Amino acid sequence: MTEVAEHVEVHRHPLPTSFITKYIFSVDHKVIGIQYMLLALVAAFVGMGLSLLVRIRLVWPAEPFGLLETLFPVGAPDGVMTPEFYLAMLTMHGTIMVFMVLTTAPQGGFGNYILPIQVGAADMAFPTLNMLSFWTTFLSFMALMAAFFVQGGAPISGWTAYPPLSALNEATIGGYGQDLWILSIALFCIGSLLGALNFIVTTLHLRTKGLTMMRLPLTVWTWFVTAILGLLAFGVLLSAGALLLMDRMAGTSFFIPGGLVVNDVIIDHTGGSPILWQHLFWFFGHPEVYIAILPGMGVTSHILSTFSRKPVFGYKAMVYAILAIGGLGFVVWGHHMFVSGMSPYSAFVFSILTMVIGVPSAIKTFNWIGTLWGGRIRFASPMLYSIGFVSLFVTGGISGIFLGQPTIDLFFHDTYFVVAHFHLIMGVAAIFGMFSGMTFWFPKMFGRLMNEGLNKVHFWITFAGVYAIFGPMHYLGIIAHPRRYAETTSVDYLAAAGANELHYFITIAAMVTIAAQFLFLFNFVWSLLKGKVTTDPNPWEATTLEWVTSTPPAHDNFEGKIPIVNHGPYEFSVPGNERDFVMQCNAPDAAPAQDH
Amino acid sequence: MAFLLGLLIWFIAIALAVPFVTQWWPLPDTITEHARQVDAQYNLTVWVTGVIFLIAQLALGYAVFKFGSNRPGRASHVRGNDRWELLWTTAATVLFIGLTFMGYTVWAEARFTEAATARPADDRLIVEVVGQQFVWNMRYAGRDGKFGPTDIKLMDDSIGNALGVDRDHADGKDDIIVPRMAVPVNREVELMLKSKDVLHNFFVPELRIKLDTVPGITGTLRFKADKTGTYEIVCSELCGLGHYKMRSFLDVMEPDAYEKWLVDQESFLE
Repeated sequence: MTEVAEHVEVHRHPLPTSFITKYIFSVDHKVIGIQYMLLALVAAFVGMGLSLLVRIRLVWPAEPFGLLETLFPVGAPDGVMTPEFYLAMLTMHGTIMVFMVLTTAPQGGFGNYILPIQVGAADMAFPTLNMLSFWTTFLSFMALMAAFFVQGGAPISGWTAYPPLSALNEATIGGYGQDLWILSIALFCIGSLLGALNFIVTTLHLRTKGLTMMRLPLTVWTWFVTAILGLLAFGVLLSAGALLLMDRMAGTSFFIPGGLVVNDVIIDHTGGSPILWQHLFWFFGHPEVYIAILPGMGVTSHILSTFSRKPVFGYKAMVYAILAIGGLGFVVWGHHMFVSGMSPYSAFVFSILTMVIGVPSAIKTFNWIGTLWGGRIRFASPMLYSIGFVSLFVTGGISGIFLGQPTIDLFFHDTYFVVAHFHLIMGVAAIFGMFSGMTFWFPKMFGRLMNEGLNKVHFWITFAGVYAIFGPMHYLGIIAHPRRYAETTSVDYLAAAGANELHYFITIAAMVTIAAQFLFLFNFVWSLLKGKVTTDPNPWEATTLEWVTSTPPAHDNFEGKIPIVNHGPYEFSVPGNERDFVMQCNAPDAAPAQDH
Repeated sequence: MAFLLGLLIWFIAIALAVPFVTQWWPLPDTITEHARQVDAQYNLTVWVTGVIFLIAQLALGYAVFKFGSNRPGRASHVRGNDRWELLWTTAATVLFIGLTFMGYTVWAEARFTEAATARPADDRLIVEVVGQQFVWNMRYAGRDGKFGPTDIKLMDDSIGNALGVDRDHADGKDDIIVPRMAVPVNREVELMLKSKDVLHNFFVPELRIKLDTVPGITGTLRFKADKTGTYEIVCSELCGLGHYKMRSFLDVMEPDAYEKWLVDQESFLE
């Protein structure tokens, strides 16, 4: 290997010596990245458990389960879940998954660990700030979990927390659950803002010599753009949360209009607007969708190229598409509010912009297929998950073309069609991105190999399973099944159109898919402790900088020898070369100079 | 592996697309011209997106089983192709934006004001719809065509005045408040959507329209049903514990049946 390296003294924090500075209050981006991943892993299993309860309630609304009575004496007296317990589970499922899983692992987890190494830096720009980001996020998770245990239990107003339902205790069973929810979200926003700063500065200022922006791996591009989205979006949600908390606790009326009568009780708030919350929430909420999915898109591009042994098809187009998605992501929030009563004129503008955002998404999809085309595909587990990602992204994205048109959205809004859409695109597609990232970087991060066979079994069950769960939900939407219904019995047309059979099928599919996730958990933990040890710096024959350094990387990533970059990120199968890949740091003459 | 994965992707794509195209789970009936236009737009979208969906998924599946690592030689060193980029960018732009423009007038019809749609308003029936946890209240102005004033201090579910109508006022005397909605067939209906407490959403699948009832704001929905029958009104915005059972009915009646219904309701007022 003809690696060109320069000796630089860069590392500003000394090697940690105690357990606490090494593993708990660590300032090392790699440890912090793993901390984020573990938090997301725990949160994902909690969130998944809640979804199982939701699925059980939908299929057996009146069946008593002894186990449920033991576990939840309040939420499931006599073993039957109450409607409010159902709504609480659904609210917490959404909140945990969106914030604690989809926002933490792809960015805070993989981004934190990999980005500094891929840009050739010894750490993030602000290591202490990085530590603060994680621990603020951790506190946020604790506050959210506490909501289960306070009087009144977890909130029931959905992950979108629309006021007045979320603002008035008179409209729900009350208690402190909603307050803790807001506190948790506010803390989460602060943690994410700090993290976003770090990602942006690190990408702009700590790139090694020769690593121009157009030589950045697409993973770095997506983490970078995601950070910009986070920086602009989380501040808005933080403010909205502060206002909502004041409406609840300080008697203000930002979101509560005058003249309300709840359960025959006159509410003495006046002058606010529930629509204001929706604007603020979705101004954050839509970019949030891309915060969740963009890193998955980056990982997918990266892995498709690596395992097809081909350059990314249309690298430049991919970069522009990422930027376009990031930019447009801020001007489409109104499509969540087509039924809020907004003027048809503004809805038309939001609709056009929404359809325009489909264009860069289509560009990415066709470029992914173009990357595979003519390759020599190695079907290792990271590649399987990435191929799965592309399929799920297409399926989840295409239903957006229905929902982006107000004419059709007026029928589908708040039905299971929407549930199917966002679960596929921002839920399971993003999670497939995490699976592929985890299986891809596991040897690098932990110096051990995951069990490939178990990963493959997990892939097959999960890929078929998520389609079996979320595919039929489209049909529930077509028969006009409103979402967030604790049971189907009180609407006649649902049973008549076959909703119960579809629900039954979905619940069984969910049980099988959830069971398969324990395979992954087992593989993860077992491989961490007993997996085959490897010190191979580059087991996948990949090209980017994380594969130059030792496995696992040293405390300062490159042991002071920061590599210089001479090549683009995806120089695979370059003609006239002995090997089928050229690493970014290989000598300049390893491949013809060909910046993208 | 490659063969199986490609096959699975093809199978999933077709299994998902077939029920859409053949309408195994059909959309609910339509009872307005508007609803039929929505369905036409929906069907057009099914075809356009269906073709894109199948092209993408089938190409993905094909690439997976065609380009495995067991084939001889090296991967081709192709870095992209500007012509193809231009092709799919243009195609996506034209199709997606074209769809939006085609569907635009359909949606505006239900939501725009009288003046913008130029539909005759002389004989339209105005019904006030007020959501509250977890029931619907429908108010008709009565013979005088005027809604009486309301006061939140008069609101009392237990004496049947959930809306706080001032019964002493001349306009309020003959206001009819009922838990389900009756409308005559083939007559323009304009709904004034309101809420007493939290967000609700007025949704009748057969009308293909829904709108939030937002406290503090009056929303407008218009429809003209052309088929008699009873249809369910369901709440489509999370409103609390009883959200799933917040339901009412829309009765579309022949004009004379509607008149009789109206007379019956008036008799209850006395």
